[in-house]
Amino acid sequence: MARARDESSPLFAGNAAGTLRLIFYLALTMVLMVLDHRNSWLWRLRYTASTVIEPIYRLAGLPAVGIRTASVAFADRERLTDQNQRLREDLLLANAKLNRMSAVAVQNERLKQLLDTQHSLELNVQLAHVIGVDMGAYRYQITLNVGARDGVKPGQPVIDAHGVMGQIKEVLPTTSVVMLITDPSHAIPVTIERSGLRTVAYGSADGGQLSLPNIPLAADVRPGDHLLTSGLGGRFPPGFPVGEVRSVAPSATGMFQMAQADPAADIDRSEDVLLLHDQAEPDGPPAPITPMGPPADLAPPAQATPATSASSPSGAFAKQPATPAPADSSGAPP
Amino acid sequence: MSRQQRLSRWWFLGTLALALLLMLVPLPSVLEPFKPYWPALILLYWCLESEDRVTLGMAFALGLVADLLNGVVLGEQAMRLCALVFIALRFRSRLRFFPMWQQTLAVLALLLNDRILLLVVRVLSGASLPPSSWWISPFVGALLWPFLFLLLDDLRARLRIQ
Repeated sequence: MARARDESSPLFAGNAAGTLRLIFYLALTMVLMVLDHRNSWLWRLRYTASTVIEPIYRLAGLPAVGIRTASVAFADRERLTDQNQRLREDLLLANAKLNRMSAVAVQNERLKQLLDTQHSLELNVQLAHVIGVDMGAYRYQITLNVGARDGVKPGQPVIDAHGVMGQIKEVLPTTSVVMLITDPSHAIPVTIERSGLRTVAYGSADGGQLSLPNIPLAADVRPGDHLLTSGLGGRFPPGFPVGEVRSVAPSATGMFQMAQADPAADIDRSEDVLLLHDQAEPDGPPAPITPMGPPADLAPPAQATPATSASSPSGAFAKQPATPAPADSSGAPP
Repeated sequence: MSRQQRLSRWWFLGTLALALLLMLVPLPSVLEPFKPYWPALILLYWCLESEDRVTLGMAFALGLVADLLNGVVLGEQAMRLCALVFIALRFRSRLRFFPMWQQTLAVLALLLNDRILLLVVRVLSGASLPPSSWWISPFVGALLWPFLFLLLDDLRARLRIQ
């Protein structure tokens, strides 16, 4: 049987039918890629196929879980004791800080009530575990074990004990995908803690770092400066640590300074993360008011448009576009 | 005989499913660049080894499933696997008679070609250039090839699958 097939497919010449089929399939994949890139079909397809996909993710995550369990089971007693001791000390320190902070927080709350502002220091968080699945795409994503059924929504900030990790990019029924702040297509608005300078931190192409490419030349930035979220854009609440500046150099064009920063969060090592539930209120101008006026069915049909634009100033005001400038700098996934 | 055929079909599908699972299993971040592209390796084995199991349509379907699991762009891996299988099938008769070291070099060339295709797709879709460690993976895949080939061949002989 094998002999006969080999004679029908000669050694050196290909058959035209095979080439045609290849061209057909390649064209099909190109069409799929373009359509998916434009309309993001893939995620809708993934959502419908999630009952099949999610068990596979859990299965693929098992080796990582096994290794973690084994490393705890076979870790020597001394190291565990050491770790326990260190954690106790950390807890003690954190509790002491918390006690001092709670008085300040109460005072802050009272002062804010006096000032009549809405912001609160309380955090509404949800704990999530990282599932070890390799999602391709140069490792800028992680998968969490909570999803739409747990009330997760795209855009929620994800933090760990040390700082901001990223934001939810896509949600499946019981898992979700996080876009890390080190993703080159991610941007997060930050302030420099020491000088209060506002700028934007992008993920760096080398992986595992942040880059701040447009700092004014006159600005005071030094290695060791801490970056905090600025809260502009409304995606991330203000005041969370983002990273620490490692180096500052003039950019290639000479128009700006460029800084490299290490993320504060343990991006590679975190196993448990927190999802923030209350998204920060967007700073900026308030939403435009809807124009007041007589109901539409009472208005005379013919001269309705010139009459409203000429006579009622509130209608004209409402037509001004709300400035979306801060929303542009928020790190929305493309 | 029909039991034998069923067994061989399950064995074939099982290796493909295992390849997809191996693709998803994460490695520690130090080892990450060394991870070979498992679906390509397993598909290549079946291309060379069995007559008419692997077709372009099959490679396309496997690629679509891999895309669905991996979640980058629908059609990306389908295209890569189609191109790979087409070249492998075209030169199948020659590749089969190569000594192992030549076959390994051919596999390296195929995997490098696959990486170049992937790079073209990623750059066209707006991603930035990957770090240089990204190019290690084809070499690891080629190094693994002789062992994978012998292992799968041995298992196939033991299970008496055609």
